[in-house]
Amino acid sequence: MRIVTARRASQLFFFALFLWFCVAATLGERFWQLRGWPVNWLLDLDPLAGIATLLSTRTLYAGLLWGLATLALTVVLGRVFCGWICPFGAMHQFIGFLARRTRRLAVQVELNRFRPAQAVKYYLLAFFLAAALLLPREWMSSGSVQIGLLDPLCLAHRSVNLILLPLADRAGLGLAPLPRFYEGAGLIGAVFLCALLLNLWLPRFYCRFVCPLGALLGILSRFALWRIGRTEEGCTDCRRCERSCEGACTPTARIRIGECVMCLNCLDECRHDAIAYRTRPSAAGEALLPDLSRRGFVASAVSGLLAAPVLRLGGGAGPNWNAGLIRPPGALAEEDFLARCIKCGQCMRVCPTNVIHPAGLESGIEGLWTPKLNFRVGTSGCQHTCIACGHLCPTAAIRPISLEERTGRGGSAGRRPLRVGTAFVDRGRCLPWAMDKPCIVCQENCPVSPKAIFTREVFNPVRTGAPLAVTGTDGARLVLASAALEAHRFGTGDYHALLPGGLRLRIASNSADALDLERPLGGEEPPAPGSPVSILVRLQQPYVDPKQCIGCGVCEHECPVLGLRAIHVTAENESRSPHHRMVL
Amino acid sequence: MSPEALVNRREFIGRAAKAGAVLLAGGGIAALARDPSGPGPAAPEPAASGLPDFALPDAGRKLCIVRSADRVRSLTLALQALGGIEAFVKRGDRVLIKVNAAFASPPLLSATTHPDLVSELTRLCLKAGAAAVRVTDNPINDPASAFALSGIGQAARSAGAELLLPEERFFRPLSLKDARLIRSWPVLLGPFAGVTKLIGVAPVKDHHRSGASMAMKNWYGLLGGRRNIFHQDIHTIIAELAWMVKPTLVVLDGTTSMMTNGPTGGSLADLKETHTLIAGTDQVAVDACGATLLGKTAADLPFIAKAAELGAGTADYRSLSPIEVAG
Repeated sequence: MRIVTARRASQLFFFALFLWFCVAATLGERFWQLRGWPVNWLLDLDPLAGIATLLSTRTLYAGLLWGLATLALTVVLGRVFCGWICPFGAMHQFIGFLARRTRRLAVQVELNRFRPAQAVKYYLLAFFLAAALLLPREWMSSGSVQIGLLDPLCLAHRSVNLILLPLADRAGLGLAPLPRFYEGAGLIGAVFLCALLLNLWLPRFYCRFVCPLGALLGILSRFALWRIGRTEEGCTDCRRCERSCEGACTPTARIRIGECVMCLNCLDECRHDAIAYRTRPSAAGEALLPDLSRRGFVASAVSGLLAAPVLRLGGGAGPNWNAGLIRPPGALAEEDFLARCIKCGQCMRVCPTNVIHPAGLESGIEGLWTPKLNFRVGTSGCQHTCIACGHLCPTAAIRPISLEERTGRGGSAGRRPLRVGTAFVDRGRCLPWAMDKPCIVCQENCPVSPKAIFTREVFNPVRTGAPLAVTGTDGARLVLASAALEAHRFGTGDYHALLPGGLRLRIASNSADALDLERPLGGEEPPAPGSPVSILVRLQQPYVDPKQCIGCGVCEHECPVLGLRAIHVTAENESRSPHHRMVL
Repeated sequence: MSPEALVNRREFIGRAAKAGAVLLAGGGIAALARDPSGPGPAAPEPAASGLPDFALPDAGRKLCIVRSADRVRSLTLALQALGGIEAFVKRGDRVLIKVNAAFASPPLLSATTHPDLVSELTRLCLKAGAAAVRVTDNPINDPASAFALSGIGQAARSAGAELLLPEERFFRPLSLKDARLIRSWPVLLGPFAGVTKLIGVAPVKDHHRSGASMAMKNWYGLLGGRRNIFHQDIHTIIAELAWMVKPTLVVLDGTTSMMTNGPTGGSLADLKETHTLIAGTDQVAVDACGATLLGKTAADLPFIAKAAELGAGTADYRSLSPIEVAG
């Protein structure tokens, strides 16, 4: 078998595996849904996720240890990860191949020429790693993990989870029972599409110029024991090898070892055995990396170092926190959260109710594409017995909480359930408060026991135009002086007649000039002809008990005031930060 | 000017023909697509006029009350007293069981129809020769989670029923003749395709807005859209639902009743062992009887009188001389 066939098979395999894991990262009882599938494995293999969170938290969480395997692979064999494993790299390579395959040899060679701008990705890497660095307390800043913006595995997972799979579902794949929405999907889709379409200009554009993981592996590949290079004789300078060089690393001349993505196309193309993968350095000489300027490096590292402290001056992770930003249950306090989240979108994919969405700028630029809850979208708020997101999060930005911790049940007595926020009734919009309409859908759906939403009963007089007067009674019927009422309107079971003396009876039905009461007037004195009667509507007005409310947002989801909900959850009193505590 | 730069006749005609074709095509598309008045108000979707009548013509109005702590045994006894499942389900029938799977809540908390009743009823229907049994509901919580956590999904499937989660395509507008609220409203009609018998199975629950959630309130789960605006007139909608749905049989499970914090419950402290199961062909009477388990009377629940007024049944359940069975 040709070595490139093996490479293609490997790329195809890992690409399929990647898609499979994305599909499987859902809750359900089907074989293809989460049941121990290692759906985070490719993210775990990403050493950049591991190193960035190691710098920001000085710990290496759970599966991120797998990153060591990638490092080991790179140190021994070169950037095999980029050429053989990375699913995003495979997409680029395939599109780039389609775009260049019909071009003339000379044009293809030109496309795959080394370009000094390939140094950009190393500067990006320096920036991202410097930004992630945990600084001393006095700097008022923990590290800010931003690699997720451009890390190929985070970007690929995010794009497939939030763009491709929902699109495929709409086109009839039928994975999700209901179509899924993701707020701000446009930007995520645009970045993904741009990254892919740039291959039409230059093959593997993203890998060559942008990919910070590629840069990291490029730096490490300097130690590679085996490497691609020219043999001492045989080369006729035909440059066929450069026609399909994915890394643009110049195998015919002084090869850029750090840029070689181990596609091995050169090895396959060369008809003179002038290219070899061996321990000896290339006969034409080696350069480890593109020429990086000290200036460029210092500029990126310093701006990275300053990024987090400067951004935090806005106070978004401090006193100026955004109450409209509801983090998923188990999310760490904002600073610690930003020191871990890699924006991969796994939580958003697994959320069974489609309530976790990629944030826009709610938490500042730093928080772009981090998870937030949007109760208007999705099937039913954040289910208070669900802990899926924290168990999928590859970096523990959302902690893997237990069901007992979430619900506050079990364990020691007096434990409180976990709160992600508190619901507030907007009395200017709430139907029973502002519009004299019975409703309390929020109270009905409040899932905790005792309910956090309770009601107080009031009887408000209904606008009936002119005052009503009684002319007489006939059993349970109250005959009115004027035919002023809308027939049947008051027979819903919610309306009551208030008689002189304060007697209040439910109205069973009404015509234009009579009210039928729930029962005949018994022992009571019938109202004298001409005495006034008023119609009251019984309203149950909702209140929120902050001691019981967990911020699950089911009330907000169900509120019939659809545009701007009349009950609205904000992050007040969320458990993740003691500074956000609202009540004693 | 060189002769080559001149257009020859052939080229000119060819060019003119292409230009003409472009103009013609453009004009044609414009003429076909021309819409001088712009869009008018949206035309209402054609609506179904109602559901089939699933009530057995000769079954009459029957009611059976079983007192037992074992709900499956209660169901068996109730059906025996009503003439056996064979009296309701004939060979070849396609049975739809409408459960209450509103919430993603475990069976222990009694916020949903108990899975044991679903599996037993399915088993009995199939034993009586039913060609197929379907189980459906449009839950309030996430449908997949609700059917999974309530245990109903598993119970239905393992007993041999087909589980139908609400999908968008299952909802079609329905206008109930002379109804005030059910007008062009999306209703879960998909699962009714080919169905010949309908059985409602619901738990007895407290409900702060309507007073109680029982057999008639269970049909709320057939509504789609933003159905919770009907809470503004809850008694009328329950009555209209009972009017719209004419079931073969309803089963109201009060083995454990949710006395407080309904309809979600959430704690064992909200429940009470009331050890009663009510089954019958008159859903109004079944609910009137069920109200007593919550310490209420039919008069406390305006929807019962309203449903009776619409002809869905009788509010005076004692007038049906209910068969009382002690388990």
